[in-house]
Amino acid sequence: MKKFLEKHSNGVLLSPYVLLFTLFIIIPVLAAVVLSFTYFNTIEFPSFIGITNYISLLMNDKVFMQKVIPNTIVYAIIVGIGGYILSFFLAWSLSQLTKLPRTILAIIIYSPSMTGGILLSTVWGVIFNGDKSGYLNYFLLQMGLIDKPVLWLQSDKYLLTIMIIVTLWSSMGIGFLAILAGIMNLNEELYEAAYIDGVKNRFQEIIYVTIPSAKPQMLFGAVMAIVNTFTSSGVGVALSGTNPTPNYAGQLIVTHIEDYGFIRYEMGYAAAVSVILLIIIRLASVGANKLFGSSDE
Amino acid sequence: MKRKRKRSKLRASGVNPQRFNKGQIKFYLYLIPLAVFMLLPIIFITMSAFKPIDELFAYPPRFFVKNPTLNNFIQLFSVSSKTNVPASRYLFNSIISTVLVMASTLLMSSAAGYVLSKKVFKLKKILFSINNLALMFVATAVAIPRYFVIVYSGLQNNFAANIIPLLAMPVGLFLVKQFIDQIPSALVEAAVIDGASDYKILTKIIIPLIKPALATIAILAFQTAWNSTEASTMYINKETLKTFSFYMTTLSNTSGNVIAGQGIAAAATLIMFLPNLILFIILQSQVMNTMAHSGLK
Repeated sequence: MKKFLEKHSNGVLLSPYVLLFTLFIIIPVLAAVVLSFTYFNTIEFPSFIGITNYISLLMNDKVFMQKVIPNTIVYAIIVGIGGYILSFFLAWSLSQLTKLPRTILAIIIYSPSMTGGILLSTVWGVIFNGDKSGYLNYFLLQMGLIDKPVLWLQSDKYLLTIMIIVTLWSSMGIGFLAILAGIMNLNEELYEAAYIDGVKNRFQEIIYVTIPSAKPQMLFGAVMAIVNTFTSSGVGVALSGTNPTPNYAGQLIVTHIEDYGFIRYEMGYAAAVSVILLIIIRLASVGANKLFGSSDE
Repeated sequence: MKRKRKRSKLRASGVNPQRFNKGQIKFYLYLIPLAVFMLLPIIFITMSAFKPIDELFAYPPRFFVKNPTLNNFIQLFSVSSKTNVPASRYLFNSIISTVLVMASTLLMSSAAGYVLSKKVFKLKKILFSINNLALMFVATAVAIPRYFVIVYSGLQNNFAANIIPLLAMPVGLFLVKQFIDQIPSALVEAAVIDGASDYKILTKIIIPLIKPALATIAILAFQTAWNSTEASTMYINKETLKTFSFYMTTLSNTSGNVIAGQGIAAAATLIMFLPNLILFIILQSQVMNTMAHSGLK
């Protein structure tokens, strides 16, 4: 027994991780691809139907084309790209401060991401509560900006905007910390050399020194921003309390999957939507790689 | 002399200043209002958690608590609305599963990280690139196939469903491996010559040296497990096996009467949030140390 352990130590140390990784990450991804070519209602055995799911997704699913895709694009651009730029800007600003205030402000900015927007939707639910005692309604009524309370979370006009605010609020996570650490670790001499080479102001400093030198952390931060954007997609359902969201105003790809998979039990169709989502996530990270990846690859 | 002047100017524009100067005021001008916005919802739940019922119902709504009370906490733990399971049971489940997730993740990722960083074998490169690809894995995207993996592996309605699906954490392995890369290979080789087994090297040399990385993963594992509602919502039907984060989401039914349960929900949210914050404050310098090595190349 001892001999076996000594001889196969690589395998012994590696296998628990590899096993669980395969079970809960690789197999689900592969299974999603397989299921996407079937009709599967969870009661009968899945039957192979070719690319029918994809065809009806692209041709017949009005909600998908008219609501889910546009919503996801708006949401992903503002929360993903906007949130990423914001996290870089904040990390850079913090790096310009002395240690104690920097640490305190970093903890405050990071803190909402610890619990995440979805769980904290309780808080936002009270602030955006639809009757006159909701904080926002009360405030706007007092200011005379509205004359009757607005049902913020049930309104198809405001839901997506509120989702974006809540997610941005909770999106300064480990990507933000990585960028901050990356900037803090840059060598002082790099800046000195850059100024001797003719860099004139802080904007040029950021473009020519900070971003290129912190590239690896920037890429890590970008990947985390992509993950966060899609992981937090359930926030619309959490806020409005219903899936589908009112008039599909806050419907994103992830909630569309849940709608078909766990509410209508059309698992094959939901799997096709999952595959589209995985492709989108992959493309996004290829894009991030193009921007920040090492050039020697 | 001229050179010296230039130097001091560089210092002022550089990263991580040693003391306060006027140039930093502009950063505070937007960082402080932003920090207030980030903190506001968190202060708000803290206030609500200690408000007596008449203040929760007060119109106009008051932000600050006047007569703080522990009533909401007492109520949270004495009644449990729909089921007969006391809140303490959910909390107990959460604590046990979180501790187990943290311990197993730390063990698994340091073991796998050591092998991937310091050992030479055929699949090494491929395994690490698959793991890098999985950094952007979004579990909710493949919720359906994951559900079937749970069903077929017999984890359904089993307490272990709160733990096992969360253990393979690509970010964790990635950070540990990057950190172990910094340890000189000569150190490991010397131990091998002295006849130490891989298990000895891992426990006596590697683990003591990668404490900052382990602290970071401990936080990430804690956040994942403590905030997770996936298992309780989808894999477990028995109320006695569900976790506190799930229980919290049942309290915060935003579409119903928000005000009535608001105090209790706020108390629960505070219980969810505080451990996250405390753990991060304790470990934050270690986290920043690890994040400096987080670069993706």
